[in-house]
Amino acid sequence: METFAFWILAAITVMASVLVVGQRNPMHSVILLIVSFGALSGLYMLLDAPFVAAIQIIIYAGAIMVLFLFVVMLLNAPTEDAPTGYHAKMLGGAGPRRFGVVLSFVLVLQLAWILRDLSQTPLTPPGETEKAMTVYDIGVKLFREYAFAFEATSVLILVAMVGAIILARKETR
Amino acid sequence: MGEPTLNHYLALSAVLFAIGTAGVFLRRNLITILLSIEVMLNAVNLTFVAAGKYWQTVDGQIIVFFVMTVAAAEAAVGLAIVIALFRHKETLSPDAFTTLKW
Amino acid sequence: MSISPELIAQLGVIGFTFFMLLNSAAVLVLMERKVAAFVQQRFGPYLVGPWGTLQPLADIVKLMFKEELRPLAADKALFYAAPILSATAAFAAFAVVPFGADTTFFGLLDRPIKLQAADVNVGLLVIFAITSMGVYGIVLAGWASNSKYSLLGGLRSSAQMISYELAYGLAFAAVIMMAGSLSLSEIVNAQSGYWLGFIPKWYLFLQPFGFIIFLIAGVAETNRAPFDFPEAEQELVAGYHTEYSSMSFALFFLAEYVNMVTVSAVATDLFLGGWHGPFPLPAGFEWIWFLVKVFLLLFFYIWMRWTLPRYRYDQLMEFGWKWLLPAAVINLLVTAFAIIYFRW
Repeated sequence: METFAFWILAAITVMASVLVVGQRNPMHSVILLIVSFGALSGLYMLLDAPFVAAIQIIIYAGAIMVLFLFVVMLLNAPTEDAPTGYHAKMLGGAGPRRFGVVLSFVLVLQLAWILRDLSQTPLTPPGETEKAMTVYDIGVKLFREYAFAFEATSVLILVAMVGAIILARKETR
Repeated sequence: MGEPTLNHYLALSAVLFAIGTAGVFLRRNLITILLSIEVMLNAVNLTFVAAGKYWQTVDGQIIVFFVMTVAAAEAAVGLAIVIALFRHKETLSPDAFTTLKW
Repeated sequence: MSISPELIAQLGVIGFTFFMLLNSAAVLVLMERKVAAFVQQRFGPYLVGPWGTLQPLADIVKLMFKEELRPLAADKALFYAAPILSATAAFAAFAVVPFGADTTFFGLLDRPIKLQAADVNVGLLVIFAITSMGVYGIVLAGWASNSKYSLLGGLRSSAQMISYELAYGLAFAAVIMMAGSLSLSEIVNAQSGYWLGFIPKWYLFLQPFGFIIFLIAGVAETNRAPFDFPEAEQELVAGYHTEYSSMSFALFFLAEYVNMVTVSAVATDLFLGGWHGPFPLPAGFEWIWFLVKVFLLLFFYIWMRWTLPRYRYDQLMEFGWKWLLPAAVINLLVTAFAIIYFRW
């Protein structure tokens, strides 16, 4: 059951990411990325991390992607034209295409060789009982050992907010 | 095919990272480049959570929390820069912004 | 997996929840028009069925027979996906809301099951996550319609929703602190019992401001008056669903009403004690209290729509960021102090 879910979610994630990178229309790219995040959230649930799964949807798919969507809609982002001239030769010409095929073949061979050679490490190391990792544990660790990082992150967000407002502001005389 | 092991998750993460990198190099649209960067960050998140589950520690999830926050901040500033650039040249292609080149 | 009676009962609960949500949307259609009529001193619909009770049926049939239109330049996939996304998010959010105590259906089952479609131990975060996804239905509808009224309505509505999500989250963060759990069933169970023998231990009495903030944020989240500028008839034709007709429009309509029900149900579970009432009902009937409280909140929703004038958009955003968010933060801080020093 878990295996089935893993393969389906992994397939959706990879498909959606490939399409994100391959789409012409930026609006469609954003929507596909949201689908990819949803599948990733499912994978986090399989990894016994419900908190991360929830905040993946809340923060990534619910806030960051809305930001992207706003920018795409407000700028009326043009769909990318097919590459012309120099780029057409560099990206689409016969020579680079053949080179790319050879390279991807080499990559696949390398991946297969590496993955076959590793001993399979199960997700639960044998001999240890599964410790429950609840939201409570996350909170305790976050506010004790990682308290400095937490505060630094909030300053980071403040700085980013101020920076974004200033950069995107219209020039007023 | 047994249960998904740590190897499976790491391999998936590597594939996603490669897809994101390909996107950053190959696309000629600023927003799609930023989206590919988000794909890469998500691949890293997946590695952290899988490793956290393997080592039976909650640190993996905490680092993911921080990565997400930093990604949000970076997306905000990146998009603000894109907006400012778009106002200047009415185009989103990175090839139009070459004034710092030789 | 063996087919046990509990499994069948659980599947039955899931199906029943879905069915009741659909019915509640239909009932709300009628309730809205009747209450509006009584506020405006006229009769509501009274021709179809006794006291107009079959009016929702007539509305649905009318919507089904309308022609399905689509602007030519609209993005086809996104245009049809947007109402589906809205409606799905509205229904999915109710999946983790419990509406009754653990019950054995009057002894038919061996072990009690929860009256909840799914009990996740981060239930409240799931509701928040799915509500954030509901924003996309509106944003995509505004964009895909390729018309200026829709785009403006969609952008304004989504900006409003993500602004009020913050106050929404902070208001229930205070409840989470008091209950010590993210699971809705546990939060309801933490509100059982009485002080002094007759005052129920609802969080409404411990967190009055939290309740008010939650309700205001919830009304803004569902785009209802007085925060319904994005779909105001006088300003924007019909905002983000201008270009929709027939069943797509019906899906948006449905999503809005089911969202109202979800916000009322979550408010009932978090602040009004869920199915615990001033006096206990016999076992197996606790859901009646839940129903009464949700009904009262829905009535309040509708009453507010037809009584208060609409906020202008900049007033709305100013209220959300400058007043409601600081109030929610202060509420959270005071709750934290109280928990530490008084050990609630």
